[in-house]
Amino acid sequence: MTEAGAPAARRGALNSEENILAEQEFMPAVRAMVGREYGRVYAWDAVNAPMIRQWCEVMGIDNPLYLDADYAASSEHGGLVAPPAMLQAWCLEGLHMNNYAPGSTDENPYEVLKLLEANGFASVVAVNSDLSFDRYVKLGEKLYYTTRLDAVGDEKTTALGTGYFVTLKMSFFSEKPEGDEQVGQLLFRVFKFRPANPVKPAAEGDSAPAVPKFKRPKPGISDDTRFFWEGCAEGKLLIQRCTACNTLRHPPAPVCSSCHSFDWDSVQSSGKGTIYSFVVMHYPEVPPFDYPNPIGLIELEEGVRLTAGLVGVKRDELAIGQAVQVEFHTFDDELILPLFRPVAQ
Amino acid sequence: MTSKKTKAFDEVLPGQALPELAIPITVQLITAGAIATRDYFPGHHDKDAARELGSPHVFMNILTTSGLAQRYVEEWAGPAARFADLKIKLGAPNYPGDTMTFTGEVSGRDEASRTVQVTLKGKNSMGNHVTGTATLVLP
Repeated sequence: MTEAGAPAARRGALNSEENILAEQEFMPAVRAMVGREYGRVYAWDAVNAPMIRQWCEVMGIDNPLYLDADYAASSEHGGLVAPPAMLQAWCLEGLHMNNYAPGSTDENPYEVLKLLEANGFASVVAVNSDLSFDRYVKLGEKLYYTTRLDAVGDEKTTALGTGYFVTLKMSFFSEKPEGDEQVGQLLFRVFKFRPANPVKPAAEGDSAPAVPKFKRPKPGISDDTRFFWEGCAEGKLLIQRCTACNTLRHPPAPVCSSCHSFDWDSVQSSGKGTIYSFVVMHYPEVPPFDYPNPIGLIELEEGVRLTAGLVGVKRDELAIGQAVQVEFHTFDDELILPLFRPVAQ
Repeated sequence: MTSKKTKAFDEVLPGQALPELAIPITVQLITAGAIATRDYFPGHHDKDAARELGSPHVFMNILTTSGLAQRYVEEWAGPAARFADLKIKLGAPNYPGDTMTFTGEVSGRDEASRTVQVTLKGKNSMGNHVTGTATLVLP
């Protein structure tokens, strides 16, 4: 349904001052539309078996309720029905933008999107589709829907760009001689936005993968910390030691907090320790990490503490005081990190 | 493949997990899904148009995601489970070359209406493409 907003030519980047002026100019007109009801938009085709079969073929659905007349006849519906998730598709205008089936309203239920588009918010993505069903629709039924512009949010900036969340509520009906019957409803929310990072059209031979590869974030490495990461690469957990007073310290730092000496070397830890504290990350889920993501503050037997990921733990087994042992994992073929795994006490 | 046997209301309990379903995301699925749902928005079938709109490639339309979510739930529930609702929210886009893996669990159950609620998510390499719920009337 993203075709609701015809992709007009995007305007050039406005400076921020013009942005504010633009908002002041057009937003009252947008707000005035909220609450407006729009008339019927009819389906081009009655609910029919060929469109259902093709939809099921693409989705990988083989439910006989939609495909096998004999099975469907014995169901609670008494005959073939359309897959419920198809509800909205019946009434879309198809190839030609805003080309609604005969009998449809002359109003444009998406006029608010056109107005936003005219003010520089050319792109659109669908965000929410909340379908509810009064009943399934059968072959031969002629559907239409009416629309209410429910809400337009404040200007928001997301990873995609800056724009507005627009919420439409649609009610779907089946046309009947004895009186039309509501068959379902749809809350549909889109984000109408000005793209933050339009991607230039592909150059000849451009074969960049579509799916960005998310890698583990790499540590910032300085002269103070390099020894630690080089140790990890060799499978050694190294701890910084003040050569003046023998105090161990972690994380690495240029100066001893005990005697203020700048002189240091390192010692190899046994990698044995206990969980001093922990946290389990649930939300937001950020790639490439797996969730829930347990992270420990490990007290090494040498006496210093370090933060590290935990592996091989179940949430209900995590406990302060649990004995753990370091192991080294390689990520993205280039990054070696110390992680800790529970061991018998 | 949809199980020919439909889950009975009495055998479905909150906390039960649905089996995972991994769906390869291809140009074919994205474009065929858009056309099967009568959605001719260029970003779903024209890579250059998608790039103009800020995407690296064509991206799956929400009506296809709804269809796949329906498939995921009814493959588990069986053919006679009736959807009372299907509510989804999109996050990371589905681009060609990725895989979306659905997971879900029974998150609610209502004796009076003989309905169960399923909470689902479809995760790809960039995070959750879709999160949502479905309410099913079970025999």
